[in-house]
Amino acid sequence: MARAVTPKRKAINTAVAWGIGLLIFFPIMWILVLSFKTEADAIKTPWEVLSAPWTTENYGIVQERSDYGKHFFNSVIIAVGSTVLGLLIAIPAAWSMAFVPSKRTKDILLWMLSTKMLPAVGVLYPMYLMFIQLGLLDTRVGLVLVLMLINLPIIVWMLYTYFREIPGEILEAARMDGASLKSEILYVLTPMAIPGIASTMLLNVILAWNEAFWTLNLTAAKAAPLTAFIASYSSPEGLFYAKLSAASTMAIAPILIMGWFSQKQLVRGLTFGAVK
Amino acid sequence: MGQIKLSQVTKSFGDVNVIPPLDLTIEDGEFTVFVGPSGCGKSTLLRLIAGLEDVTSGSIEIDGKEAADVPPAKRGLAMVFQSYALYPHMSVRKNIAFPLKMAGLDQAEIDKRVNDAARVLNLADYIDRRPGQLSGGQRQRVAIGRAIVREPAAFLFDEPLSNLDAALRVGMRLEISELHKRLATTMIYVTHDQVEAMTMADKIVVLHAGVVEQVGSPLELYRRPRNKFVAGFIGSPKMNFVEGAEAAKHNAQTIGVRPEHIAVSTETGDWKGKVGVSEHLGSDTFFHITVDGFGEPLTVRAGGEVELEYGQDVYLTPDTAHIHKFDAQGLRIE
Repeated sequence: MARAVTPKRKAINTAVAWGIGLLIFFPIMWILVLSFKTEADAIKTPWEVLSAPWTTENYGIVQERSDYGKHFFNSVIIAVGSTVLGLLIAIPAAWSMAFVPSKRTKDILLWMLSTKMLPAVGVLYPMYLMFIQLGLLDTRVGLVLVLMLINLPIIVWMLYTYFREIPGEILEAARMDGASLKSEILYVLTPMAIPGIASTMLLNVILAWNEAFWTLNLTAAKAAPLTAFIASYSSPEGLFYAKLSAASTMAIAPILIMGWFSQKQLVRGLTFGAVK
Repeated sequence: MGQIKLSQVTKSFGDVNVIPPLDLTIEDGEFTVFVGPSGCGKSTLLRLIAGLEDVTSGSIEIDGKEAADVPPAKRGLAMVFQSYALYPHMSVRKNIAFPLKMAGLDQAEIDKRVNDAARVLNLADYIDRRPGQLSGGQRQRVAIGRAIVREPAAFLFDEPLSNLDAALRVGMRLEISELHKRLATTMIYVTHDQVEAMTMADKIVVLHAGVVEQVGSPLELYRRPRNKFVAGFIGSPKMNFVEGAEAAKHNAQTIGVRPEHIAVSTETGDWKGKVGVSEHLGSDTFFHITVDGFGEPLTVRAGGEVELEYGQDVYLTPDTAHIHKFDAQGLRIE
């Protein structure tokens, strides 16, 4: 039986939802506010911050001191590159696990996920040495590879869940119709899985865009993405709240805009399979 | 051409033996129906012929060529699935054209064949729609269209009508029979519905627990069932079975009489009983009658005009020429 919703109850629910929503959004909003204040105003109490005059000078200084374009370009290459490479590996992998499972498929899936349980710092030292030996340190190729590997378990898991929802009979029909394995994946499975692949791709781009541990530790100048661009304002000369906020805003803006436009896909992706 | 010959075919899933060694020949142009209760292995058998499952042992010959190791696409067979299995992201036209595209035909030939199929199946008005915008019957026609454009050696149907409502099912049944008459291509049709089997088949294969119980024309199976299982499965309503003293009179463990072979009278007869539930179909009436000394109530078919009261005493007389006799193993006694 459906629960009766009184107007009062509805009002309380709405207020609570807005409260939680604002609480979650507050840090991003505060970064935005601080980025438009002078360095001196930014460290005052919140009320003084809000009443202080607005300025865009931080953006000018940040752009002048560190090349936003270069970092942005690196971020795009790393996020898109690792996602595309990851999908190329994960689609066939998820296909085989979903449609021709073996006795050990479940174990392999769990084992893949187990690699996410190890703290990244645990393998930093060997990874760093390998990167030096392979000449991958501070290269975009190196970061594409490492981020692809880091996110691969999640991509495979998400795609596996999607593919499982596709009726096997349709693939069998394709087989009867004379489709080779390649045609089956290309003409039948992939088009049907596009919503799933799209949300997997979006989520992975966001994860790769925001990944800070490896991007900070394995880059110096050449391949540094936007995470390094932000980090450069939190060290050696002390904290510059306003400039740090301006840099952060510039770094998260592209992904925030992308997320806004694709939120329908994303929400469907994240809740997929939750309700049959 | 489309002769299919199974020799000593077996199939096991792990330790479970679904199909014990099985031999079966399906002649070119024949409409063969595999019928049996759920889980009897009929769909598995069809999938083995299609190549969607691998045989555990044995051989499958299609037109004299060994096919057990040939992938499904290369066997020259077309299949229509229970769920239709249309490609949801393609229009009707593209669905039907898909096998031709896979076969690498040129566009002009593809267009011609797709248009022909659409005309034959009355799909021309829907040709640019997606499957999601079609009714169940239309979807089934698209699935059949996708099968016929390939001009396969044989068609395989896996319970194609079970998702349709009763009225549509009768219509599609006729359409498929009509199609078979026109194309004269081998068809293998799997169903659990013995009415479909009786009305469509040239040859019925009755399966039970993976074993072929009997192969024959619908009327052969109806008139001379080889054992009790076939006798009980073919025919609707099902055959009445009587055991004990009454069967012993005929030197049998069990005797079977079909509902239409029992005469009902209010005055005199061999067996005395009480009328239970009556089912009036208009043309016929089925009475369920409890006879003293018999376990199960008997089903009796009478004309639509016959009316009997619930609880009324009646007399039944079986037609001795149509009594089926079975031994202790359930096998027919001649």
